[in-house]
Amino acid sequence: MAEYQNLFTQVQPTGPVSEGVPLPKGDWERTGVPFFLHLLGRLGNAQIGPVYLGGLGVASLIAGTLSFNIIGFNMLASVDWNPIQMVRQIFWLALDPPAPSYGLHLPPLGDGGWWMLAGFLLTISLLLWWARTYRRARQLGMGTHVAWAFAAAIWLFLVCGFFRPVLMGSWAEAVPFGIFPHLDWVAALSLRHGNFFYNPFHALSIVFLYGSVLLFAMHGATILAVTRFGGEREIEQIVDRGTASERAALFWRWTMGFNATMESIHRWAWWFAVLCPLVGGLGVLLTGTVVDNWYLWSMKHGVVPSYPEVYPVVVDPALMGGK
Amino acid sequence: MNSFTRVALAPLPILAVLLAGCERPPIQTEQTGYRGTGMEQIYNPRTLKKLAAANQAPAAPAVAPNPDGPKAGATYQNVKVLGDLSVADFTRLMVSITQWVAPQEGCNYCHNPENLADDSKYTKVVARRMIQMTQHVNADWKAHVGGTGVTCYTCHRGHPQPAQVWYAPADRKYKNAVLGNDAKQNRAAASVALSSLPYDPFTPYLKEDQPIRVNGNEALRQLGEGAHRTSTKQAEFTYALMMHMSSSLGVNCTFCHNTRAFQSWEESTPKRATAWHGIRMARDLNVSYLEPLTGTFPASRLGPKGDVAKVNCSTCHQGIHKPLYGAQMAKDFPELGAKTGTP
Repeated sequence: MAEYQNLFTQVQPTGPVSEGVPLPKGDWERTGVPFFLHLLGRLGNAQIGPVYLGGLGVASLIAGTLSFNIIGFNMLASVDWNPIQMVRQIFWLALDPPAPSYGLHLPPLGDGGWWMLAGFLLTISLLLWWARTYRRARQLGMGTHVAWAFAAAIWLFLVCGFFRPVLMGSWAEAVPFGIFPHLDWVAALSLRHGNFFYNPFHALSIVFLYGSVLLFAMHGATILAVTRFGGEREIEQIVDRGTASERAALFWRWTMGFNATMESIHRWAWWFAVLCPLVGGLGVLLTGTVVDNWYLWSMKHGVVPSYPEVYPVVVDPALMGGK
Repeated sequence: MNSFTRVALAPLPILAVLLAGCERPPIQTEQTGYRGTGMEQIYNPRTLKKLAAANQAPAAPAVAPNPDGPKAGATYQNVKVLGDLSVADFTRLMVSITQWVAPQEGCNYCHNPENLADDSKYTKVVARRMIQMTQHVNADWKAHVGGTGVTCYTCHRGHPQPAQVWYAPADRKYKNAVLGNDAKQNRAAASVALSSLPYDPFTPYLKEDQPIRVNGNEALRQLGEGAHRTSTKQAEFTYALMMHMSSSLGVNCTFCHNTRAFQSWEESTPKRATAWHGIRMARDLNVSYLEPLTGTFPASRLGPKGDVAKVNCSTCHQGIHKPLYGAQMAKDFPELGAKTGTP
């Protein structure tokens, strides 16, 4: 007998293939013939497709594909068109922004120009995809919460690659497109500006990041724990509070004296997730434009703890006439 | 096996693949600063064992220095640097140098066996200058090498060419193509401990004198001409140099720095000052001793861009924070401790 009330459910509810609700006039047709995939059904809905592409989706995919190819072919060219090296070093390769000497001027194509083009196309692609999520939500009669959450991520992307470089007066400040190289950029940015751990917006961002994880775990666990009472059927539980929702609420009220509601827990989660890139972006935007050195800034505001000295006094040799 | 076990075991192969690149334990942590500050060094005893085997100093020569007797300069011809040594000490040093630098090749690696005074072999001309370089390091760079000093063996380790040297890196094949500018980084480069940081941190800092410090001294951004404007890209180059130092010495960042404030000298360990002089020493040796020898070397000994082999931290250190674990080799050769001959 299959069991549903489990961490790894073996039950896969499938119905007849559904095309979805009718689309309003002016919308495109949905693309693809829907089918079932058992393995994906273990993770979510087993029905795959149809997809709504639409003008925005197609334009976004074109811009994104162009950007992806510019980055990819630059990576391939940087290893002298050697596909083996491309695979071997894919985590290391990157398309870098122009050198600092160009400031905000347009660099030649081979000296950062490709980076600008790729960044421009990627930005266009993301903004079009954002408009698509907004419009699809509206067409379904939904709120636009997903679009605004996505906008928070786009904000961080644009702060790192556009707003901050413009305020700093140099494209070189932007993030390279590459896996390890963009992480090096993160580390170098922190090192250059006196350690991001003293950047309060960085700290807030981490609070929301870890907070999101905690809330996600609490919510996921709570709902799974009451699925045996139908707790995963949220709409019914909200409209007509049943025994599952009641127990879930009581569990938290009994363990910590306070509980979220079926509705408010999602507001918590949404705000925690959205605030993570929102405040993080603020911290990046202020770095170098307003605050040059977060460690010294924190010293000034008395939030750097001091420790007993255990080493002999070290003096900067450059101050002692060294060269 | 029930289905729960099956599902639970499924990720194991994936986990094994993900962990394949990790270092096998045990990892030992040694606290080097105040508790809670993360000032510690991390070692793996397996690595230490390998390093210890590879970094043993050779035994001191059986005979003690003996300054009596005729001088080498008066006895032999064409002795330009070590002429004030007694013949006994001169021969003693020559024998040691052969063991340090050319144990397989022998005297003839540098000398023409028909006429030992002959300068026709480039190796002899280079060796003479290298003796002067060793004297210069021991006499003028005590701030870095302390009382331990260096000998030929510190770098050569029984090989005519020191194993760990650097050249200006070769250009990629299509360097002028409009695609594929790597911005001097973004490669799995051994020079920077396989990070994707700039792969040649040596040319700007150990040959040229580019500013290494990237931090400003003001909390807030300053305006105007003199304001601190170091870019993030410069920070990546400094980071690259530091990765080289860390891997050359086999230490973490916290060997020299308190990582909460890399720039702060007040919070640094005294090792940082030693390292500071080391950077200047490497630059001085490259500029004053090695680069001028470019024309002396045959083309086969030069790098892909025709530059001479140059020193960096790993040339002497080779994975140990004190080369050869601080073995006192130089004290047995007082002639290597003071500058002689014409510069």
